[in-house]
Amino acid sequence: MTTGSILSVRGLNIQFGSRSVIQNLSFDVDTGDNVAIIGPNGAGKTVLLKALLGLLPYEGEIRWSPGARLGYVPQKVAADRQMPIRVHDLLAAKARVLKLHSRSIETVAAAVDLTPEVLTASIGTISSGQFQKALIAFALLGEPNVLLFDEPTASLDELAEEKIYDLVERLQQEKHLTVVLVSHDLSIVYRAANKVLCLSKDMVCFGPPREVLTPAALEAMYSAPSKYYLHRRGLEPMQSDKVAEHD
Amino acid sequence: MTDSGTIYGVILALLFAVAAGLVGSFALMKRMILAADVISHVALPGLGLAFLLHFNPLLGGGITLFLGTLLIWQLQKKASLSTEVAIGVVFAGSVAIGAVLTPKEDFVEAFFGKFEQISGFTFWLGVFAIALIVYFVLRFKSALILNLFSPELAAATGIKLNRLNLLFLLVFSLTVLIGLRFMGALLAGALIIIPAATGRRLANSISRFLLASSLASLLAVGIGFLLNAYVLHNLSIAPTIVIVSALLFGLSLIRSTA
Repeated sequence: MTTGSILSVRGLNIQFGSRSVIQNLSFDVDTGDNVAIIGPNGAGKTVLLKALLGLLPYEGEIRWSPGARLGYVPQKVAADRQMPIRVHDLLAAKARVLKLHSRSIETVAAAVDLTPEVLTASIGTISSGQFQKALIAFALLGEPNVLLFDEPTASLDELAEEKIYDLVERLQQEKHLTVVLVSHDLSIVYRAANKVLCLSKDMVCFGPPREVLTPAALEAMYSAPSKYYLHRRGLEPMQSDKVAEHD
Repeated sequence: MTDSGTIYGVILALLFAVAAGLVGSFALMKRMILAADVISHVALPGLGLAFLLHFNPLLGGGITLFLGTLLIWQLQKKASLSTEVAIGVVFAGSVAIGAVLTPKEDFVEAFFGKFEQISGFTFWLGVFAIALIVYFVLRFKSALILNLFSPELAAATGIKLNRLNLLFLLVFSLTVLIGLRFMGALLAGALIIIPAATGRRLANSISRFLLASSLASLLAVGIGFLLNAYVLHNLSIAPTIVIVSALLFGLSLIRSTA
């Protein structure tokens, strides 16, 4: 596995109208990292992911290393599931847009264990777990070396969730991928991530999970009352170990 | 039906049917049926002006169609404005302005169309435009599918959505424009929508959907012409075609969804 920085974010600011979602955020991702982005609802996790993908306007600097190829698995797809689109149609459409060989469809389908039956099924008729697998296969088309996941298991039950995370881990090892994953699930973060980025209104932390995810940091990030106290004091974004003092 | 002008007209109408089926399939999936009706109706003020001032109705209709297309494109982009309301206003306003402008004796023609013999030049121009439409749909099929499925994933794949949406709307209007003379402003959108609805009933994959919609459209126009020529002897062909098309849709309901 090659090492070195694959992504560098400096002084990132994202605003929607007058509402600031991300303020002065800086972090680095190295090749082969598994970065988990955590934080409460509305903290800007999805927004950050979309900015990293170049889908949103932002200020500051987002720099991918020249060889980075991004694959994206969104949280949910608002598609009309009644559309007469089969899983294979979808993969074939992306393959054609990227001018890939049609064999690449079979390759990605095999990588995520999509059976021929699922491939020829209409997107409206497959289970949520299969649908999520199809989205991962879709992301794998074009041989990305970075995969960005936005809560890939939000709509799944625990068993299906477990399978998806096993799949992500296997893919990461087999294909030497860098993974950036938005997640609610702290057990996943401890299990898979080697770096964690916490986002919330009042604090940002970044580092190995066991160092930054202290109980105090988690409480500061997720519990509403302390958030308001912190806000009134007008604190700057801080390291997690300092949060305890203000709790 | 013997002279070449009539044959040209019928062939062009049949080719138009195929284009309408293809474009309609995507319009249906994009859920822009309302926009489809508006685009055909914004031709009315232009048609009215053309009849009033005696210039080519296609030119008048074409200009207001183009303006209407740009308007809808802008409305789609600016989601903060309620698109439905704005479209509703444009729709009703266009019909009213068209009704005021159009001289009484040209009313039926403007609203319901008129089948006429066409020159070789018009024929080939029409064939060229239809070829352009079919080329667009086949060339951009994959990008359109991705955009339908998820604009976000399409953008992440590198598709320029704004340009794609504008191109689609322009192709859409061009389709309406070709149908305008013989279908009339009120029903020009119908041949884009109804056969697509029929096709949707019969298909569960994109390619079958496109094929079924085009065939349903082709059948409606073909049967419509035959009925009008040998049975009904109507002044305008459009209502006959639309009724046949609606009947075909009715038939498709018998079959359970694929």
